[in-house]
Amino acid sequence: MNLTGILSYFIFFLTFAGIYAVMALALNMQRGFAGLFNIGIAGFWAVGSYTTAILTTEPSANYLGGFNLPIIIGLLGAGLISAFLALLVGIPTLRLREDYLGITTIGIAEIIRLIFTNEAWLSYGVRGISGIPKPLRDFAGKYYNIVFLIIVLTVIAVFYYLSEKGIHSPWGRVLRAIREDEEVAKAAGKNVFRYRMEALVFGAFMMGVGGALYAHFTGFVSPEAFKPMQTTFIVWIMLIIGGSGNNFGVLIGSLITWGIWTGTEFITGMLPAAYTTQAATLRVILIGVFLEIVLLNMPDGLFPEKKYNKN
Amino acid sequence: MALQLLLNGLILGSIISLGAIGLSLIYGILNFGHFAHGDLMTLGAYFAYLFTVQLALPLPIAFVIAALLTALTANLLNQILYRHLKERDSVTIMISAVGAALIIRNLIQMFWGPQLKFYDRSIQMPVVLFNGLLRIKPTQITILILSSVLVIGVHLFLSKTKLGKAMRAMSDNTALAQITGINTQQVIFWTWVMSGVLTSSAGILLAMDTHLIPIMGWNLLLPMFAAVILGGIGSPYGAMFGGLVIGISQELSTMFISASYKPGIAFAIMILMLLIKPSGIMGRKV
Repeated sequence: MNLTGILSYFIFFLTFAGIYAVMALALNMQRGFAGLFNIGIAGFWAVGSYTTAILTTEPSANYLGGFNLPIIIGLLGAGLISAFLALLVGIPTLRLREDYLGITTIGIAEIIRLIFTNEAWLSYGVRGISGIPKPLRDFAGKYYNIVFLIIVLTVIAVFYYLSEKGIHSPWGRVLRAIREDEEVAKAAGKNVFRYRMEALVFGAFMMGVGGALYAHFTGFVSPEAFKPMQTTFIVWIMLIIGGSGNNFGVLIGSLITWGIWTGTEFITGMLPAAYTTQAATLRVILIGVFLEIVLLNMPDGLFPEKKYNKN
Repeated sequence: MALQLLLNGLILGSIISLGAIGLSLIYGILNFGHFAHGDLMTLGAYFAYLFTVQLALPLPIAFVIAALLTALTANLLNQILYRHLKERDSVTIMISAVGAALIIRNLIQMFWGPQLKFYDRSIQMPVVLFNGLLRIKPTQITILILSSVLVIGVHLFLSKTKLGKAMRAMSDNTALAQITGINTQQVIFWTWVMSGVLTSSAGILLAMDTHLIPIMGWNLLLPMFAAVILGGIGSPYGAMFGGLVIGISQELSTMFISASYKPGIAFAIMILMLLIKPSGIMGRKV
């Protein structure tokens, strides 16, 4: 591989790591700051991907739309639909213990997969939606991947800023208080349900946008395009390794985890071709064992949540 | 049609119930949702496959060995992972269980491959009843008898033995149970043994009814949780009842909606329950 090859691979790598970092920032808002247990990330991801696909592709007889709208509308629409879904998920669960949200998010991710698989009028079923437009393609030309990477980094920067701003505001303080001790927050007259809902919905908005970025980058979505639990799990590892409750740590965690995940592909790629299916399972086993080791030995991650000033 | 679906629902419901009993007790006693429960179920089914098909032992013997090995695995999970994470918040322990689920499922796929497998490939002649209104295969009769025996066994264990009573007491109110001098470590050990045996049995019965595939137990995780929530977390009897309701509703739903949405029924019942009575039918306050 020559230098340009290495460089272009590096850009490709960073783009994927960046899309995952958007998801990890979103999960940090939900889990890190508000203590919410979302294991249906893949569901919000898929909703974001499909929403932008339907909004921005050329009109087609095969599925709903496409509406040929600008990509920026696609990204916003993806975030809003995903946020609305979170609202629906939050209503029956956020007044109860954290595990109810976890079970419900698994359920909703499964229902979403069933809908996109079975409702051909909406999503063209298992064949999926292709031809999702690539932003600034004509302008970027052969530097397209670099331009896309810059778009991803911009999205990360915006979400990072908003998330930091939020968590350092009085709103963020209440959120952390609820996470630490719900009863105390209630006694102080805070509407626990509302604060949790806001964190869940804001996180889901980011996940929807992340899903939309993924769709525009790959140009294609289908119900089987990614493995739901595997995807969700990788985002969780990013959060835990980086340090739950620390946005900067989570970004580093995303980079490290994506590096390890791609690294396992290199290792298992050295196995003979007859073992391809085993290699795929081996990768998941390795990353699973890795998470358990981190959970047991490094509970706060590389960058523990900082101590907030008591004043 | 409805009668046939009712029978299918009863079979599926018994299988869900067997898994849900352990899930509910773990929930009650250790206070977390065990997200690897479905994959333990799969593991039990594949252990039985190893002994009965690959090592050619009779199925009843394979059944028992598989149940014991699954009970052992359940305790290993607790020893290696969950026990050490108990002091942290429940989300940490649950994400660790999700990790365990993925590891188990992928190990199964690595050793046995992703293809469908069967204990017995011979074609069975169904018994036809009521002028063809109801067709039941001999294995399905076996499944109904075995699951009834297991449920009665669980009932006798929980109501007659000291250990069983201690389990229910701990599930009901852990702190209070500890004050009365119950050996909690011992109860926790036997809870994992019982859950392992029951979920492995559920997996084997499911494989007898249909086939083996690495995703089989994961697919039943949501129905099992729905059964636990419906019956009330921590209540083994609630879980049995919840399992039957979920199983029968899933099968009967195919009269009204497309069969591909069957998994959605368990989910819908669960959400309804969360909205109306989150503590479940026989549960305590949440």
